[in-house]
Amino acid sequence: MAPPRNRRPGFSRRAQYGLFFSYVAAIGLTLIGGGLVLVSRYNPHLFSALRSTVAEVTTPVSSGLDSVRRGIGSVPEAIGSYFGVRGENARLKRQIEAEHAALQRALGLERENQRLRLLLKARDATPETIVVARLVNSSASSTRRYATLNAGSWQRVAQGQPVRDGAGLIGQVVEAGPNAARVLLISDPDSTIPVRRANDGLPAIVTGRGDGTLDVRAANAAANPFRPGDLLVTSGTGGVFPPNIPLGRITQTGRDNAVATPASNPDMADFVMVLRVFLPEPAPPPQPFPTATPKPKAK
Amino acid sequence: MALDLQPLGVPPPRPRARWLAPLSIALASLLTIVPVVATVPFLPPFGLLMLLGWRMMRPDALRVWVAAPLGLFDDLLSGQPVGSAMFLWMACMLIVDVLETRIVWRNFWQDWLIAAGATGFVLIAGRFIASPISAKVDAALLLQAGASAMLFPLASRLCAWLDRDVVKA
Repeated sequence: MAPPRNRRPGFSRRAQYGLFFSYVAAIGLTLIGGGLVLVSRYNPHLFSALRSTVAEVTTPVSSGLDSVRRGIGSVPEAIGSYFGVRGENARLKRQIEAEHAALQRALGLERENQRLRLLLKARDATPETIVVARLVNSSASSTRRYATLNAGSWQRVAQGQPVRDGAGLIGQVVEAGPNAARVLLISDPDSTIPVRRANDGLPAIVTGRGDGTLDVRAANAAANPFRPGDLLVTSGTGGVFPPNIPLGRITQTGRDNAVATPASNPDMADFVMVLRVFLPEPAPPPQPFPTATPKPKAK
Repeated sequence: MALDLQPLGVPPPRPRARWLAPLSIALASLLTIVPVVATVPFLPPFGLLMLLGWRMMRPDALRVWVAAPLGLFDDLLSGQPVGSAMFLWMACMLIVDVLETRIVWRNFWQDWLIAAGATGFVLIAGRFIASPISAKVDAALLLQAGASAMLFPLASRLCAWLDRDVVKA
């Protein structure tokens, strides 16, 4: 095959200089790119304004495509549910009968719990939902796990807020534009969440592994105390994530860590809820002395 | 049938590849807005594939430095740290330029091999830039690199189809 038409400019001195300087520019831009990599390593949210500008344009497109996808995807489900609905009806009736007793017992416990809490004067910060929105796209070609939420600061979404769906925790808002926000999913390698085991409150730290599963390390035990099937819920430590949001279930245990699968699949979630930061940072304490005391003028 | 002769003194019409090549690369970068919330990196870097497709077929359609702004645009969409594609794409282009002085007469298989090496390099280097070493993404990354290498002929055909206004000698 003949070599393709190359950029050799012939004998024109001007064209040769032009090519030379475009290579100078190319190498300079490569170095600038390397510098930007270093800058964004130490300050990853420096370029969030640029990114959210692009996201503002792409998110409506993604939202439209998303509704088309969900519309098409719901057709086989609708057909299946039409045929499955009779059997399911009978099964659910039996289930209601079976669960009636348990419900009565739970209601009794709930009343007792309320009474005891009143006695203790415990004051709960109730997790408040800020907005219900959809995750419309994600960083599908990158090893990082970000998703885009189609709501932003116009809907009072702000950086740091937790995001969950009905099944469990999904992630945390890391950048909020006016009408779109970037969510760091819990499966991202940089996401770290304090959790506890649901049945005995054993504290642990959950880190994403990047392949859709989670890495669990007990916070204070030397040996690995986890068993497959253990349910992990957020502990509320740190004050960002409200407590008792399911995070995942242990599937494998290793020597000093365990692997869990997330409770929620962000791709399957119809809607996600953005929650208020559980305990917002307290206002800075008043300084005992004014920092900049105006010096009396020396005469 | 009209003869394909260029009258003397009249510059030939600019091939549309001059503006279509950067535009198609940017549009390919935009493919990450598909409405899927991925748990593993499964989409190939379409922007990079189109860039390599154009570079292998029509080096004169792209300016030497154009990979840097296109890479920056890709960074803003892909979720990688800003600057990573700008740096890695531009490095790929410079490496291909160097290779082109050594391997002048190439066939498509060699182009494909170079493109596969370039996509693998960009994906693996991008993984080390973006994610900590402890992340368990390597199996998915190798699959992604393999799939991207397999997709290069398609990208190349697409570039040729977009470039069909030029009468090839």
